[in-house]
Amino acid sequence: MSEYNFQILVCGGTGCKASESEEIRSSFVNLLNEYGLEEEVQVVLTDCFGFCEKGPIVKMMPDKTVYVRVKPSDADEIIKEHIVKGNQVERLLYRDPVTGTVVRDRQHMEFYKKQIRIALRNCGFINPEEIDEYIAHDGYMALGTCLTEMKPMEVIEQIKKSGLRGRGGGGFPTGLKWEITAKVPGDQKYVVCNVDEGDPGAFMDRSILEGDPHTVIEAMIINGYCTGASKGLVYIRAEYPLAISRLKIALAQARAYGLLGDDILGSGFNFDIEIRYGAGAFVCGEETALIHSMEGCRGEPTFKPPFPSVSGYLGKPTNVNNVETYANIPVIINKGADWFASIGTEKSKGTKVFALAGKINNVGLIEVPLGTTLREVIYDIGGGIRGGKKFKAVQTGGPSGGMLTAEFLDTPIDYDNLLAAGSMMGSGGMIVMDEDDCMVAIAKFYLGFTVEESCGKCAPCRIGNKRLHEILERITDGKGEIQDLDRLFMLSNVIKDASLCGLGQTSPNPVLSSLKYFRQEYEAHVKASHCPAGQCKALVRYEVIEDKCTGCTLCFRNCPVGAITGEKREVHFIDQSLCIKCGVCFEKCKFGAILVS
Amino acid sequence: MDMINLTIDNKPVVVVKGTTILEAAKSIGITVPTLCHMKLDDLGIENKPGGCRICVVEVKGRRNLAPACCTEATDGMEVSTHSIRAINARRTVLELILSDHPSDCLVCAKSGNCELQDLAHRLGIREIHYKGEQSSYRADTSPAIIRELNKCILCRRCEMMCNEVQTVGVLSAINRGFSSVVSPAFEMNLDHSVCTYCGQCVAVCPTGALTEVDHTGAVVRALADPTKTVIVQTAPAVRAALGEEFDMEPGTLVTGKLVAALRRLGFDYVFDTDFSADLTIMEEGTELLNRLKRHLEGDPDVKLPILTSCCPAWVKFFEHQFPDMKDIPSTARSPQQMFGSIAKSYFAGILGIKREDLVVVSIMPCVAKKYECGRDEFAVNNNPDVDFALTTRELAALIKVSNIKFRLLDNEEYDAPLGESTGAGVIFGTTGGVIEAAVRSAYELYTGKELPKIEFEELRGMEGLRKATIDFNGLPINIGIAHGLRNARKLLEDMRAGNSWYHAIEIMSCPGGCIGGGGQPYHHGNVEILKKRQMALYREDSNKAIRKSHENPYIKKLYEEYLGHPMSEKAHHLLHTVYFDRTR
Repeated sequence: MSEYNFQILVCGGTGCKASESEEIRSSFVNLLNEYGLEEEVQVVLTDCFGFCEKGPIVKMMPDKTVYVRVKPSDADEIIKEHIVKGNQVERLLYRDPVTGTVVRDRQHMEFYKKQIRIALRNCGFINPEEIDEYIAHDGYMALGTCLTEMKPMEVIEQIKKSGLRGRGGGGFPTGLKWEITAKVPGDQKYVVCNVDEGDPGAFMDRSILEGDPHTVIEAMIINGYCTGASKGLVYIRAEYPLAISRLKIALAQARAYGLLGDDILGSGFNFDIEIRYGAGAFVCGEETALIHSMEGCRGEPTFKPPFPSVSGYLGKPTNVNNVETYANIPVIINKGADWFASIGTEKSKGTKVFALAGKINNVGLIEVPLGTTLREVIYDIGGGIRGGKKFKAVQTGGPSGGMLTAEFLDTPIDYDNLLAAGSMMGSGGMIVMDEDDCMVAIAKFYLGFTVEESCGKCAPCRIGNKRLHEILERITDGKGEIQDLDRLFMLSNVIKDASLCGLGQTSPNPVLSSLKYFRQEYEAHVKASHCPAGQCKALVRYEVIEDKCTGCTLCFRNCPVGAITGEKREVHFIDQSLCIKCGVCFEKCKFGAILVS
Repeated sequence: MDMINLTIDNKPVVVVKGTTILEAAKSIGITVPTLCHMKLDDLGIENKPGGCRICVVEVKGRRNLAPACCTEATDGMEVSTHSIRAINARRTVLELILSDHPSDCLVCAKSGNCELQDLAHRLGIREIHYKGEQSSYRADTSPAIIRELNKCILCRRCEMMCNEVQTVGVLSAINRGFSSVVSPAFEMNLDHSVCTYCGQCVAVCPTGALTEVDHTGAVVRALADPTKTVIVQTAPAVRAALGEEFDMEPGTLVTGKLVAALRRLGFDYVFDTDFSADLTIMEEGTELLNRLKRHLEGDPDVKLPILTSCCPAWVKFFEHQFPDMKDIPSTARSPQQMFGSIAKSYFAGILGIKREDLVVVSIMPCVAKKYECGRDEFAVNNNPDVDFALTTRELAALIKVSNIKFRLLDNEEYDAPLGESTGAGVIFGTTGGVIEAAVRSAYELYTGKELPKIEFEELRGMEGLRKATIDFNGLPINIGIAHGLRNARKLLEDMRAGNSWYHAIEIMSCPGGCIGGGGQPYHHGNVEILKKRQMALYREDSNKAIRKSHENPYIKKLYEEYLGHPMSEKAHHLLHTVYFDRTR
């Protein structure tokens, strides 16, 4: 590896791949061959650097220069200037949006300053398709330690001591989960990695698997060793092709190195991993539903107890953890439980990966110590609200979470605080909303998702969420009545109270939290048929202000449905019965002659 | 045994560890309302998906409400089944279910017998606060079963019966969320699937989503047609259950009232399927003895064990699932079809009328019989041997619509010649009955001796799979009994693997046999009803003067006058059948 003088790391995460990072890589390779530099410079397609907002990202090693928003056509200049002449390509460097100054490497970017990367430690640093690179970054060291120096219960003790809690959403203490599975008698046990990540906008598990698949494999082997399982199963959505292909490569490499299979590292411990594909049902992230799906049955949850630890896959004791939880394990073993427990808050240890999205400057994947405040995440790391608009709310926990307002900006993020605030950690989706977002519409969006993703097994979730969605639809259509607010509240509480699984027990959270913090917005919709954010199309009306209209015909020519009539140099008119409220007339008018009401 | 102490509605209760809150409450007289839950104790059948959430109760210290049907009682638990929180949730959930259910109760086949309707009444629902879109599915009709999925409430009982009890695997939940519904794969029609029409889905459906195809109208039209002679046969299990439809105690035998009611309805002759059950024993018993004889003589081609073939759902099951073994079951037609065949040949001859002018109606505990009588091989020149098969429930409806006061009817006797039967014919209606009847005759015909004891207790019971060895004068005959197709499947798989120990096996599709048939009055999950029906049939048997099929004088006469002897060429033509490979 180190025989090259330079490395060019090109982000190969799904997002950057969609922005031609494959083409960037091949441009580099072709040009380096053309210039005879292929022996000098290695091009590596890594995984996500996290700073998706500025992707595709290219990082130059060993000097760590980061180039942002690179295009395939930039490869030539980077080689000629950076590699050959040693000059940085100024125009591709990151500029701090506040100070406007150029930032040459990631340590100095605000986006990365407050981050501590444990689960994402290798993402963007190593070639995920090379096991040797993982091993060079302490990979499989923890496995060696566990298999040769520690008894299973000692490992479990370390995990318990670290305070690691499940990162999939529930926050159940991981060590305790392992201990229960370990203590249940059984001739055959299973460990399962849950990659059924499904929150809208969340992609941390995918990124970890794409960027550092071996860390998950290593942790699963350790989990198998601790619980007495000889078989691991990775349940992954089939729409994660890149993660699947990298995982397959990693599994083959691990097998070739004797890290999977019989008598791992001469310890006498046997373990192997199989991949199971999910069809992308959100509810299959719930562990009993996931297990049923793996068994070839309909992906729907069953009542707990029995918990999978006691009776899981094929009725055998099964330990299910999600990707991010696993990604923490090798580090805990390598650096010690105390080190891990020193990060975070009293009851929430370590870091958490969040997928930062919405109306925020720096969209991307971040990992911060638990206890970091929402303000730090949104303003320091996220760079604040896009377009200088006003922060309105942040939705954590995906569709199961709630909306948190500005009053929670200084709340340290941990499992318990979020729950107390009426939201939840979830798997780490974090969607930021600004003053232009209508909270009723946002609640409707999340409910629409839940209605789609409910498995349909229990009545409150199957029918109740549908009814909630219908009420919200009525309200955003301007057909709501004030009693609908009570209906929403009462129905939401019953759905939470009576549903079978976590999906239904949390799905009304966006409704309840928006009702609590933005009741006046709901009231404006039903009492005054007014959407304060101007988002609810049914409540918006576009009209021509006669005094200002010059008859330029621009609106007439751009209206997609022919709703605008009027002769040149005469006042135009919008036919409300035809208008689809697309807003084109408003955008195009140079004279401010369109009134939005 | 670990005991658990808890309180339910402030009442202390002690239960065995593993007991659910629902059962614990029941033990102290508190009935928590349920909807999807169903438990048939002695049959080992339980449906508790925890899906309807009607049985939710409040447990002190628990974050959310607990479904009483699946939550185990734990020590020190404090349960409230009627806190305002529990009742509010229960009523709201029911309102939600009702909001996605047609409100055409007045014209629903299940009206008055609907568990959803009962529940709405019990919980005092007067208004639905959450109205919205209602599910709209295509109704599916088949030769036996109608599926009106708009009325499906996703209790999943039918799915459990179809998959776990019957291992037929036709019904399962499809689609997601609000569009979820129980259906054959790809929403195919039932008659394109491997459905056996056993009707167990219909038997357990709490609403009107699954019902039998109604043939009462056609029967009324036939009865009103002066050019037709309309005769009726009644299956054994009907007499032990029909009374329930008229608020009589389960297990009440109503044979005489049944006959009387059918006469009032206008049937020209009232006959008994028990008669053709006796005939079945003659044919099937002879077939068994023939095969046994060949087996003892060392014939390697002989197929043993012999399997009974009375149950049309079972026949359809092996035609779909085990077509490679279709030469193993007895070729004897079912009692319903033997009756039809004899009625339209022998009896039509006695009356001197053409078969086309004779209408044969059967009253069956079964919905598969509707399918069976429509099978092509049971018709002559497109005229079916049995024209219409009505379920016990349909007959009850006919009696009600005809203003007949069933409970006040005096007992009447069946007509001759096809109404005379033995105790052996009666017990056809319960699991173990057919084989017991066969053994009674086969023993005497084989050994030439009289049975020392007529009852074979070792063949009786409710266990899903039973076996017994009967001593045929030194020859041990191994008998197997299966009810529920899952149990049948086990026996067939053993047979296919060459591990079968049996000489003869009785198979009935429905748990309990025909007494638990899909066309019987709804048991609503009460297994005691099935047991009482079973006891009633054994009672009727023990009250009969003649209890062995081969001693039925009219059967003897039939052979003397018409058929010759069992398995004769004429008998073969009229009373036996062939099976088809229906692999799909």
